[in-house]
Amino acid sequence: MITLNRVGLCYRMPKDKIQSMKEYLVALARGRLRYNSFFALSDVSFSVGRGEVLGIVGSNGAGKSTLLKVIAGILTPTSGELRVKGRVVPMLELGSGFDDDLTGRENIFLNGAILGYSEQFLRERFDEIVEFSGLYDFLDVPVRNYSSGMVMRLAFSIASMVEPDVLIVDEILAVGDARFQEKSYTRMLELMHRGTTVLLVSHDLGQIRRLCDRVLWLDGGRVRRIGDTQEVCDAYAKASSGK
Amino acid sequence: MTHAPQRPQDRPSLARYRFLIRQLVLRDFKTKYKRSVLGVLWSFLNPLLTMSIQYVVFSTLFRSDIPNFIIYLLSGIICFNFFSEATHLCLMSIVANASLIHKVYLPKYIYPFSRTLSSSINLLLSLAPLFLMLLLTRTPITLAILLLPFALLMLFCLSYGIGLLLATLMVFFRDTQFLWGVLSMLWMYLTPIFYPESIIPKNVLTVYKLNPLYHVLRFVRTVLMQGVSPEPKAYLYCLILCTAPLLLGLWIFRAKQDRFVLYV
Repeated sequence: MITLNRVGLCYRMPKDKIQSMKEYLVALARGRLRYNSFFALSDVSFSVGRGEVLGIVGSNGAGKSTLLKVIAGILTPTSGELRVKGRVVPMLELGSGFDDDLTGRENIFLNGAILGYSEQFLRERFDEIVEFSGLYDFLDVPVRNYSSGMVMRLAFSIASMVEPDVLIVDEILAVGDARFQEKSYTRMLELMHRGTTVLLVSHDLGQIRRLCDRVLWLDGGRVRRIGDTQEVCDAYAKASSGK
Repeated sequence: MTHAPQRPQDRPSLARYRFLIRQLVLRDFKTKYKRSVLGVLWSFLNPLLTMSIQYVVFSTLFRSDIPNFIIYLLSGIICFNFFSEATHLCLMSIVANASLIHKVYLPKYIYPFSRTLSSSINLLLSLAPLFLMLLLTRTPITLAILLLPFALLMLFCLSYGIGLLLATLMVFFRDTQFLWGVLSMLWMYLTPIFYPESIIPKNVLTVYKLNPLYHVLRFVRTVLMQGVSPEPKAYLYCLILCTAPLLLGLWIFRAKQDRFVLYV
């Protein structure tokens, strides 16, 4: 389903922050357009099969989110090859496609369209989405008046309604109150059992151990280790407690 | 080993994203008038009010001797308003959608495209007062009016092209928005919206006529006010001067779009 072959992503950061044309021209004239290279990912190679659940662990800044964004197509790798088959639904930061001025109902359609659902699909599943979110009474209220928990619940309900080929999850199993968390956890399990390939980033090792078939340990943008869930988790836990 | 990395969902066809584009246009349209009392009526009222003011100013101040000045003025205002609105919306389209660009992969052209479409709806709505004025001034309406869509399509291409350029520039240089505010005003004065082209000195006329809006306006006015088709050369001028910026805009936008996410 997903194959990465020596994927690298290099940020070229200007040494001086340049945001205006004047600054740019001045820097250019002085020959002072210098860049720092920063490898957010280097030489990352691995592949994930259909229906597999791959956990990704690593300390902050190890490149976990960058890797997810590369696979989701948001960032373009600067080197290497990436192949992803099928439909990818990224659950990166939920609710980012919402428009505050629109009502919950309108946002379901807007957000669904952004995630690539068809109109027919949304109409068919509309009631299901609403029911799952439990926001029936607030459907015609602008999202601006929602609490942040409500926004998250609605967003999760929309994002999890599909059966994508690849689901990309970045720390979002902790959405809403305890009851909703349990509901969303069950929903994730359902998706996994139906053969969706899942990439899961989490700092909760317990969760990774429970859910994942294999685990990838990223360290400084490189693959430190990939393999059996318990082994990699043990090694990772040992390394991070030893620091 | 630098291969062109393959994107997931690498089939950016218009059909595939039609539903999304419709939703985005709908959003623009709904949020624009969401908290106003008169709502959509503003799309009719705006050009009408602007026109009334400019009509009073220019017909008394300049004693313009353009025949059928109301139609001359209104067609100019409507076309330029569309150009101005569409380009300003496009300019912000990438920067304003930063949160989406960071979270979901969508072909980037969708953002300026949906904005240009939203402006087109306003353009179509503002044609209503224009037709009302055509009736009130008893301007004969002939079959030539069927040629109007050609001019509007050209106007769309021009605005989208310039919009793509601006959107790209805006990502890298935030000065663009202020610069464009001034430049678009200059462009307005360089376009015969409320003055006759006869006041332009002969020696600069060649340069003056490089303005694509000049040709679009001339086309629209010939069709509306004289009720005939413009000469074949007019089609050619519109086509060349409006699609050239579009191609340039598409080319530059395409070349830079992968870097947007790093800057917004």
